[in-house]
Amino acid sequence: MTHAVAATHHTSMGLDSRKMAFWAFIGSECLLFGSLISTYLVYKGRSVVGPYPHEILNIPFTSVSTFDLLMSSLMMVLALAAVQRGDMKWGKIWLFSTALLGLVFLGGQVIEFTEFVHKGLTISTNLFGCTFFVLTGTHGAHVTVGVLWLLTLWVRALQGKLGPANAMTVEITGLYWHFVDVVWIVIFTVVYLIQ
Amino acid sequence: MSEATGGGLKSWLTTTDHKRIGLLYFWTAFAFFLVGGVEALVIRLQLAHPDGHLVGAETYNQLFTMHGTTMIFLALMPLGSSFFNYIVPLQIGARDVAFPRLNAFSYWVFLFGGLLLNASWFAGPLFHAGVLNVAPDAGWFGYANLTERQYSPGPNIDFWLLGLQILGISSLAAGFNFVVTILNLRAPGLKMMRLPTFSWMTLVTNFLIITAFPVITVGLLFLMFDRFFGTHFYVREAGATPVLWQHLFWLFGHPEVYILILPAMGIVSDVLPTFSRKPLFGYTVVVYSGILIGFMGWGVWSHHMFSVGLGPIADSVFAATTMLIAVPTGVKIFNWIATLWGGDIRGTTALHFAVGFIAMFIIGGLSGVSHASPPADLQQTDSYYVVAHIHYVFFGGTIFGLFAGIYYWWPKMTGRLLDETLGKVHFWLQFIGMNLAFFPMHFIGLLGMPRRVYTYSPDLGVSDLNLVSTIGALLIGLSILILVANLWRSRTHGAPASNDPWGGATLEWGIPSPPPPYNFSVIPTVESRLPRWRTERHGPMKDPPARPPAPIHMPGGSWWPIVAAFGLPVMALAPLTHTLWVVFVGAAILLFGIYRWAFEPFEV
Repeated sequence: MTHAVAATHHTSMGLDSRKMAFWAFIGSECLLFGSLISTYLVYKGRSVVGPYPHEILNIPFTSVSTFDLLMSSLMMVLALAAVQRGDMKWGKIWLFSTALLGLVFLGGQVIEFTEFVHKGLTISTNLFGCTFFVLTGTHGAHVTVGVLWLLTLWVRALQGKLGPANAMTVEITGLYWHFVDVVWIVIFTVVYLIQ
Repeated sequence: MSEATGGGLKSWLTTTDHKRIGLLYFWTAFAFFLVGGVEALVIRLQLAHPDGHLVGAETYNQLFTMHGTTMIFLALMPLGSSFFNYIVPLQIGARDVAFPRLNAFSYWVFLFGGLLLNASWFAGPLFHAGVLNVAPDAGWFGYANLTERQYSPGPNIDFWLLGLQILGISSLAAGFNFVVTILNLRAPGLKMMRLPTFSWMTLVTNFLIITAFPVITVGLLFLMFDRFFGTHFYVREAGATPVLWQHLFWLFGHPEVYILILPAMGIVSDVLPTFSRKPLFGYTVVVYSGILIGFMGWGVWSHHMFSVGLGPIADSVFAATTMLIAVPTGVKIFNWIATLWGGDIRGTTALHFAVGFIAMFIIGGLSGVSHASPPADLQQTDSYYVVAHIHYVFFGGTIFGLFAGIYYWWPKMTGRLLDETLGKVHFWLQFIGMNLAFFPMHFIGLLGMPRRVYTYSPDLGVSDLNLVSTIGALLIGLSILILVANLWRSRTHGAPASNDPWGGATLEWGIPSPPPPYNFSVIPTVESRLPRWRTERHGPMKDPPARPPAPIHMPGGSWWPIVAAFGLPVMALAPLTHTLWVVFVGAAILLFGIYRWAFEPFEV
């Protein structure tokens, strides 16, 4: 991560190898979330006991979480722009803001899950519980990894070990973060909005 | 070059050199191949006579499950990986793969996953199971809901799902690495349509790996939650359907079939031209057929599920796509035969295996097309006919192709030639053995013997055919012993190999055998598809000089791939032993490894 050597190497496609690998990874992740979301759709309406989605999903609350995650993507864009132009003061601020909004999203998920359990929906209650918790939980795990990654970059920046030479690292972090965000938009639409 | 050239245990544990990792893959996969082979021999000895009693039903279930799982995930795939690792960077004129440490990580994860899976043979006492063997026992495609806790309460299926999950991580990491390596690290002038066929098929295979493995990951994740956390993904009483597992498994499973066969097709497409002294007939068509097979491989999965009763429309669509996929496969076969036609043929062992591959794969392909018709499939499904088919494809196909690769590239990988006489004895024994072992299975199946039964009645009328099959299996075992002897003997008695013992056309033959750590003293510039042969427009290229004009810096070793990889089996111990805190220990090891990896100075 500290060595931006790959970026300077000649490559056959003219694209940084790490970036290409990351696009391949994102392609692979599409199949992962595709399988999870398809399963949710296949099992939709097949629960034999409640609570059912319309009784329990809190759209206003999750809309706020969704807005929060969307804004974190904006912070990510600003962070990358700042690092690229060598403005590490704002680079640090935006990196931390992205991570913070990610943490807020995770906090929202913790509140939501807790509330559902109190209302009688656990992972083993019915098919809705199984598919809902495993799908959103897998997404939450991805957000957690992203937050750890962003905080790592932020600490590196505080130590003065992250600069414009590492812009590619920040760009790849951004690719991951935006991807996780886009997946959430799909989940929000499929699970919450279209009931 | 520091640690890459040294010897000793440490240099192997920390190596990031693609050639050393290729050898590690080879020997590990070969060892697992022998284990899977012994399992097969026990199965065949049990079935040699009706009412056999060598093993009981429970052990038998474990044997056929572990035989299939081992051969597919621990032998055939990683034997392919050993050639991806060793040969692809040499064929594309690169000094290493794109991510050398990720490559080492893939290998160690594979090793740990394979050991975890096989530990189940001896882990019984740890689980107070009352028996020694608690190996997986639900078949290599582990159909739900047989795999649910209710029907499989022991740790057997836990070993299976956790082992496969870990092996998936290894395959995915390697998949990203090889896709990027082949696309991005080609030597100047080596355009995509000049790429050697083996490298092309490696690219297609790895695209299939990175798209197919996430699907089984999700299927296994659901199974894990069902078994450990009380979800109902495959529980009919909760409104779910066990058929979901079949869809997820075969959505992965059919591309997996091509993951296993495409590398072998690539090897054969490289071996045939060398020993016919002719360019591959219709290179472009062979490459596009491979790509087409990769795409079409995604549209045929439900032909494994005709007996489920998916309805006439689904059955018709999948019957049609399955018959269609035979077209690009058939195209390749004609291209291989046309490559031999009129060639200056040298009957080396490698060529024997390549031609054996064509012949055996045609038989497997024909029985495959016969399953494509749902009414015929309903008669064949779960009978020995299917067992015959899968073995003509994977043994007659993949293994013959991979063995052609061993005889072809062994001199490059070790600097020693294999003995050709022993090689031909090996080939003929294996060829006769495999046909004795697997051809009768077509009839055994059509006469009504189901697969996966631990014994059968003499009244079924298949006793003689089963005995013939067992004799064939023993011949295969003997032929493999000859291969082992040949490999072992070559270390000390094999004739030293020159750079180019076969007169090959591709870049790997222009450098020493085995190559120096940096592979190419000067990165070559490629001007044609067959750079080392004279073509109409180009003379043969000049091989790189023996000594590099300037010192070449190669990355040193790293401990962190093996450390990070070790975290995964530790994490898997948590669900196996139902001890939550262990998962945090494993995750801590994994994270520690990844952080040290990310921040250590390592020049690529």
